[in-house]
Amino acid sequence: MRTFEAARMALEAIRAHKLRGFFTVLGTVFGVTFLIAVITLIEGMNQYVEKEFKGAIYGVNTVTLRRRPSITTDGDEGQWREWRRRPRLTFEDADWLEGRMQTPGVLALSAMNTGKALGPRGREAENVWITGATASYFQVREMALEQGRAFSRNEANLGLPVVVIGQDLAAALFQGRNPIGQEIRLRNFPYRVIGVIEKQGKLFGMSLDNVAIAPIRSDLNGFVNNGRKNTVDEITFKVARDDQVALAKAELESWMRIRHRLRPGENNDFELETAEESLGFWDKLRTILLVALPMLVSVSLVVGAIVIMNIMLVSVSERTREIGIRKSMGARRADILLQFLFESSTLSGLGALLGIGVGILLAKAVQASTPLPASVAGWSIALAILLGLGVGVVSGVYPAWRASRLDPIVALRSE
Amino acid sequence: MSAGTPLIETRRLEKHYQMGAETVRALRGVDLTIYPNEYVAIMGPSGSGKSTFMNLIGCLDTPTSGDYILNGNHVAGMDDDQLARVRNREIGFVFQTFNLLPRSTALENVELPLVYGGVGAKERRERAAAALRSVELGDRLDHRPNELSGGQRQRVAIARALVTRPSIILADEPTGNLDSRTSEEIMTLFERLHAEGQTVIMVTHEPDIARHAHRVVTLRDGVISSDETQDGIRRETLAEAAPAPAGV
Repeated sequence: MRTFEAARMALEAIRAHKLRGFFTVLGTVFGVTFLIAVITLIEGMNQYVEKEFKGAIYGVNTVTLRRRPSITTDGDEGQWREWRRRPRLTFEDADWLEGRMQTPGVLALSAMNTGKALGPRGREAENVWITGATASYFQVREMALEQGRAFSRNEANLGLPVVVIGQDLAAALFQGRNPIGQEIRLRNFPYRVIGVIEKQGKLFGMSLDNVAIAPIRSDLNGFVNNGRKNTVDEITFKVARDDQVALAKAELESWMRIRHRLRPGENNDFELETAEESLGFWDKLRTILLVALPMLVSVSLVVGAIVIMNIMLVSVSERTREIGIRKSMGARRADILLQFLFESSTLSGLGALLGIGVGILLAKAVQASTPLPASVAGWSIALAILLGLGVGVVSGVYPAWRASRLDPIVALRSE
Repeated sequence: MSAGTPLIETRRLEKHYQMGAETVRALRGVDLTIYPNEYVAIMGPSGSGKSTFMNLIGCLDTPTSGDYILNGNHVAGMDDDQLARVRNREIGFVFQTFNLLPRSTALENVELPLVYGGVGAKERRERAAAALRSVELGDRLDHRPNELSGGQRQRVAIARALVTRPSIILADEPTGNLDSRTSEEIMTLFERLHAEGQTVIMVTHEPDIARHAHRVVTLRDGVISSDETQDGIRRETLAEAAPAPAGV
């Protein structure tokens, strides 16, 4: 009952000084805004990486065998020399592996290069991602066809000049007309379009639909493999479930060591990557951000708390007489203490709510103007509210304590 | 009138203040007994210890030494929160400067002591409205102090003092900020309360106001210099004649 009364009186006091209240809690507002915006963007990035990035770059539940790492953040000159000395992966390697893998799964080969594609009437597209692949590539990458069909295992093995193209490339070369059955030229080799893949979207602002996928054993072979026939960039093995990924990786490693005749103790002369492992750098970055964030936010909140404390001290001294009146009417120390604590924590809590609103807007604005997605995490809102209330309580304790200790005689006499 | 248990009893009440190196003895042994339904004026020039005495009577402060028994409560040894409880239950304050909360309505002001007394919202509102009606402000419940005249403000304050049905109304220069006509109105109100059985203690330095009381206690240099009823009989004589208070 008395608690409810303290809350009511606190709200009344806040209502009487709205503008002052607003400025009082600016620190909290900024702190919480920052907190919400950054967490929202990190979480958004996280979802993006989980959903889009992994699938687009690696495929889901796959192990990729490469000559050297696809993403390199470090590596000195010696490391590069070692990478260059490694044997290339070949079609024969792939066939050899496919015949031996015990873990159930699908194996695909692919190699990629960028180049020009020519359509009818002199239309052309630049910087097309031209991929040479096996028929299983579509299955491994979970790529569905929008129109037409993918090339068959037979067509791939025979190296027939057929191609499946992305939607952006189809639009550039055929401008709305049906591309199926039409001829295009890749590196001047004629290819017949047999399918168009579903829209793949963008990755970091880069279109994933400006692509052409043709059998790796076809005329493009030399081009996508940078002049070396019968080699591949990647041998990708896809398993059905994520708990089979590690097993597939271990098996691929032992077969490859046998294939390359590596002695025990000798280092691998190939790389095995999984989406989870390769994105470790992102997990690391995310952890750093999530750890650094509280420090940045707490600076705002500490400043905010100091401001609130000062304004509350002013408020207490302005209302000395009111406190005296309340005490003479029988208010105990706890009643006064509670009233001022409620006031500071309600103020700061409202500031936190404001900060949450601004933070979400800010994140949405970033989302609208950049490819970064935003995803508001429920826990960040709960955290923000708790922090807001906490700042209010902490900053209100001393002023409220001072108010509760006022001598009623002195307080009543004050002007 | 003087029969029965005393409402207020002070014994050798002393209050000292430390002013730098010097100890000021504001009260130097005050013995006073007040019985229910008395109307007492406490007078004295400034520096007589009158205010200090009022603060002690009002349980806003505790004595340095001596005893103060208010309606059976030994106030002298109480801590802050116990004093607050006694103030809430036993004392209704009326101040010279009214001391209403400026942002609250008349009704909310009168409800305030009931809030701290833990009275439920509905009963609080009813009792506060009744108290305001009893001071003829039944039509001003939702007015804020700045929308009321001085006399009306003081009547709100009196309603606030009455609403807890306290043992004593303690009024400190209640007419000090009012013109003479309004002062008369307020004094008439106090007389009516007294007639209805309320114990009233009034601190004043105006003989005209003190005249309304039935007993005038004068303090000088921290001791009682005179204690007279309206008919001029010294109070001590009466008190000595009365049966000794039992059980205190």
